[in-house]
Amino acid sequence: MNKVVSGAEEAIRDIADGNTLMLGGFGLCGIPENCIDALVKKGVSGLTCISNNAGVDDFGIGLMLQQKQVKKMIASYVGENAEFERQLLSGELEVELIPQGTLATRCLAAGYGMPAVFTPAGVGTEVADGKESRVFNDKEYLMEMAFDADFAIVKAWKGDTQGNLVYKETARNFNPLMAMAGRVTIAEVEELVPAGELDPDHIHTPGIYVHRIFQGRAYEKRIEQRTVRTRE
Amino acid sequence: MALNKEQIAKRIARELKDGYYVNLGIGIPTLVANYIPAGMDVVLQSENGLLGMGPFPFEGEEDPDLINAGKQTITTVPGSVFFDSAMSFGMIRAGKVDLTVLGAMEVSERGDIANWKIPGKMVKGMGGAMDLVASARNIIVAMMHTNPKGESKLLPACSLPLTGVGCVKKIVSDLAVLDITPQGFQLLERAPGVSVEEIIAKTAGKLIVEGEIPEIVF
Repeated sequence: MNKVVSGAEEAIRDIADGNTLMLGGFGLCGIPENCIDALVKKGVSGLTCISNNAGVDDFGIGLMLQQKQVKKMIASYVGENAEFERQLLSGELEVELIPQGTLATRCLAAGYGMPAVFTPAGVGTEVADGKESRVFNDKEYLMEMAFDADFAIVKAWKGDTQGNLVYKETARNFNPLMAMAGRVTIAEVEELVPAGELDPDHIHTPGIYVHRIFQGRAYEKRIEQRTVRTRE
Repeated sequence: MALNKEQIAKRIARELKDGYYVNLGIGIPTLVANYIPAGMDVVLQSENGLLGMGPFPFEGEEDPDLINAGKQTITTVPGSVFFDSAMSFGMIRAGKVDLTVLGAMEVSERGDIANWKIPGKMVKGMGGAMDLVASARNIIVAMMHTNPKGESKLLPACSLPLTGVGCVKKIVSDLAVLDITPQGFQLLERAPGVSVEEIIAKTAGKLIVEGEIPEIVF
């Protein structure tokens, strides 16, 4: 079993025009920076991207939007990206906005082998349009389908050569869920260690879900909203 | 005098109880964290995957891997725990979070809320708001009573696309504290110096006023 690849270019080598990609991260926190750069360089287009956010104008998925590589975006919140809003209002970009918990749970369902889940989020709103609903214990729930993505691209803090992953702080977010949900899962990590070095009790994503792994380079880890307090 | 944002937050903080797990939305709700009474044990949930949200970091100690749902740099507190987004919304959906405070563009007299979209104008998305309002056991809305044009945001029915239906329990606006009852908005308290008549005039939805309405005292 050899999951280790040389870098982002090799990891994304067979991602093709029209593929559906999941990209981990919340805002700019825990995004797969190396793979996004490689996708921008490769220039694949017509992509459907599933990610909680769409980056900012000049970082994250925003870089792919600038190059018009994204045909459709499935996200929960896109308020930080002016180029996104422009492409959406001009009709260049197809967008499906879905509740954040629904997005997470549709990833979870895919990774757990469940075709659909029921959630009350969106009942009585336009999110419910065209969806099957059911009443359990006097409360209405929408049936939401598991995602089906060609590739999931995630970022972890540490990983080992077996593909086991550990995340750091709130950079965990959607990464372990998407890692479980791709037909092919690519993980970029800040530190790649030999199998056996991670404590099996502390692993968040079991390597069975991960197909390719590499140690990323030159993480910028841009902060979106730098908020501080002054020392008294 | 209408309440300012800090005062709205301060009034909402009185609804907190010892042992509560609380989710605070972006904007005024975030400010509620500044008014948790001393000695009260309240755990703040941030839906991107953290229980036990602490204050902003000191300058130079910002950690890009540690942010809240508003993408702001934050800190942890003793007892904090991280988890993924599915578990985060799992605990919300399962009703484990005691109180949710969020902002709104409109609230209806039936407790419907609209806060995620203005068709043709603003396309930002609902984030976690739809999940929160569909499952939270207790929802308090922090909002301005009227829009900048002076039109009421407390309506018979929302005009904007809904975030959730029949879910809001209480509103703390710049003018008043109101409960949502099966009969409509029930006026409980008024901002200092704001008359009941002014609140009546600025509430488009059905408003119930019973007896003397006390002023909020800070």
